[in-house]
Amino acid sequence: MNWQWFYRLGSPRWFYEKTDAWVPWLIILAWGLLLTGTVWGLGFAPMDAKQKDSYRILYVHAPVAFISMACYYLMAIAGAVGLIWKMKLPYMVMKSAAPIGFAFTVIVLATGSIWGRPTWGTWWEWDGRMTSYLILSFLYLGIIALQNAFQSRDTADKASAILALVGTVNIPIIYKSVDWWYTLHQPATLKLTGQSTIHVSMLYPLFTMIVGFYVFFTLVLILFTRTEILRRESKTQWVKDLIAGNPRKEEAAQ
Amino acid sequence: MKFQFESVDAFLTMGGHGPFVWASYVLVYIIIIYLTLSPLLAKKSFLKQQKKLLQLQKNSQNAPL
Repeated sequence: MNWQWFYRLGSPRWFYEKTDAWVPWLIILAWGLLLTGTVWGLGFAPMDAKQKDSYRILYVHAPVAFISMACYYLMAIAGAVGLIWKMKLPYMVMKSAAPIGFAFTVIVLATGSIWGRPTWGTWWEWDGRMTSYLILSFLYLGIIALQNAFQSRDTADKASAILALVGTVNIPIIYKSVDWWYTLHQPATLKLTGQSTIHVSMLYPLFTMIVGFYVFFTLVLILFTRTEILRRESKTQWVKDLIAGNPRKEEAAQ
Repeated sequence: MKFQFESVDAFLTMGGHGPFVWASYVLVYIIIIYLTLSPLLAKKSFLKQQKKLLQLQKNSQNAPL
């Protein structure tokens, strides 16, 4: 089997040059969707009968919560690919995903807490969903800490990848926590299988925000990874050419 | 599709839930603006620093012994 395409995907230079043209489009698309979804969710979606207007926090809370978990899987898969195939780019993606995932968990914990006050009468409760989600936030922090804890880049990458892989056990726990334990948190509103419990007039802006945040995540992951590539590849000729402003050579990146 | 509030004031206060809703959105936007700008600024400062370094290397190579 020809694995050349796979190793090309793992080339930092190939990634850097390929994504160069994507960034402006992703910025326009992500910010366009997020701003549309925000205006829709805040002003045009109907009020919820039980939670009144406080439910509008859902439009930022739920999409970011989905993505913060998807981001963890992506980080762990990148770490596994780096460990198995000893490729450089997946480790750079893994390192770049950690601060983004951490920022997303801060958003989810903070907006959840703010939403909890008018809805449940409390800012925080040590129940299954919230505690397991707090652990996710700590796992991201752990990866960031490990990345800075070693002199050797290789050791830092391997240690982070192992922690990322071990931590994946927490994701199904977060997902199922609302079914397994007593919790203040409502059960899933959107279901892949079965009937969703949300009206379409509320669903469309939510869907816009979910797509918007996924595109946004793709954008920032590319941006963080591109910066990381330059840092790690600063001794290579193609980065030196880029810094000096020399025209790039046309031959395929290896 | 119709605007759900009777006035700007009603939109801001949201029947008493306004501070919670607005605080959440402001926080989200601060974080996502930071996430967009920080890698772009980091890249810019890295390129600037490396350019300076390259210039210093060139100057030291050209300097008379």
